[in-house]
Amino acid sequence: MLLRRAFVIVLILSALVFALVMAGPRAGLLLAIGIGFGLVLEGLRFGFAGPWRLIVAERDGRGLLAQFLAIALVASVAFPLLAAHGGELSPAHAPVGLGMILGAFVFGAAMQLVMGCGSGTLINAGSGNLVGLIALLGFIGGSFLGSLHLGWWTGLASLPVLSLQGMFGANGGLIATLAGLAALAALVIWRAAPGKRLPPARLWWAAGLIAALALANLVVAGQPWGIVYGLGLWGAKLAQAGGADLAASGFWANPGNAERLGASILTDVTSLTNIGLLIGAFAVLRWRRDPGAPAQALTAQSYALVLLAGLVLGYSARMAFGCNVGAFFSGISTGSLHGWVWLVAAFAGSTLGLKLRPFVLRAAPQPKGAFA
Amino acid sequence: MTLSALPRLGVGSLALALMAAILLVDLAQSGAPDLFSAPPALALGSGQAPTGAHCTGQ
Repeated sequence: MLLRRAFVIVLILSALVFALVMAGPRAGLLLAIGIGFGLVLEGLRFGFAGPWRLIVAERDGRGLLAQFLAIALVASVAFPLLAAHGGELSPAHAPVGLGMILGAFVFGAAMQLVMGCGSGTLINAGSGNLVGLIALLGFIGGSFLGSLHLGWWTGLASLPVLSLQGMFGANGGLIATLAGLAALAALVIWRAAPGKRLPPARLWWAAGLIAALALANLVVAGQPWGIVYGLGLWGAKLAQAGGADLAASGFWANPGNAERLGASILTDVTSLTNIGLLIGAFAVLRWRRDPGAPAQALTAQSYALVLLAGLVLGYSARMAFGCNVGAFFSGISTGSLHGWVWLVAAFAGSTLGLKLRPFVLRAAPQPKGAFA
Repeated sequence: MTLSALPRLGVGSLALALMAAILLVDLAQSGAPDLFSAPPALALGSGQAPTGAHCTGQ
């Protein structure tokens, strides 16, 4: 076991040195933050999709309350920081629109089919869940495809970018955000069953650590934590390597995106933290004394549907201007109205996804003679 | 061995291998980053406008 854990430490240190030497100190720090996210999310079992299922299926509100706590902690620091350093730090603001709402709804449904959101897919893949790995492949392809059509979706009915800071000022926006989160928390506490209202110590710790890492991400990168952009960029890179000409794409011809496409992914903020998430989750898997049994075996048809759902997950995340991390977590914690709208639409979709899940995730028949 | 019976360690290793393959393709395509144009370690206090891309961008 000592050797295995030494391997984990060497793996993490090697990755950090690689990023530092190849792309400089900011890349090294962002990779470290990403690894931190991976360690906390997998090690302390803090997730996004799971608690959304638990509040509906089992009236268990503990994970959801931990999410709101983490968002509130980030907002309490991020709002003043953004107000004081607007020239150096940018929030996760996006417009509310028809395509965005539809995207969030579909994302919510697909996330329950693959049992993970943007960060969850990376964590599940890194921690050895085959559904997560297959969904990740789909997500990369889907978020790239979504980027090709984003202009069409945003061309549908859309409001300008609206923020709570813009509507109520920096202090008023923060108060409105915290009041909104408190109201949601009260709703969850009211809805949750007795004994499933107070998060365990593990989730308090996780919420605090996730908030600290998210703030570190903001301070180091100059922007909030995100997932989807990096995965779409990986898809674009692979498409380009396969001979695709993306110069005609409105999204990838945009100067900022064209620069990212031409530069190494080691200079891309969300790619670095995504890589860190994978490494962090894998590190937890290797660190544990018992890695656990393989995930429940599914039928071949189910794995094909998971790939398709992953594709839809990535595509819809692009339509919705982010996933649970970029839109919900970072959007709300930095004052974006679209984060709140995303939450409502995605939660409705998640409820539908839970109903569809039994039809998609079908267990493979046990081979004859196997123990049940 | 069927696909579904892959152990967790094998699947996790595959995920890391996928990531490493993407990195290699990217390095072959875009080359190594220019260290001399690397941004300061922290955006906060750098005096520079943020240039990174985010999911909320268009």
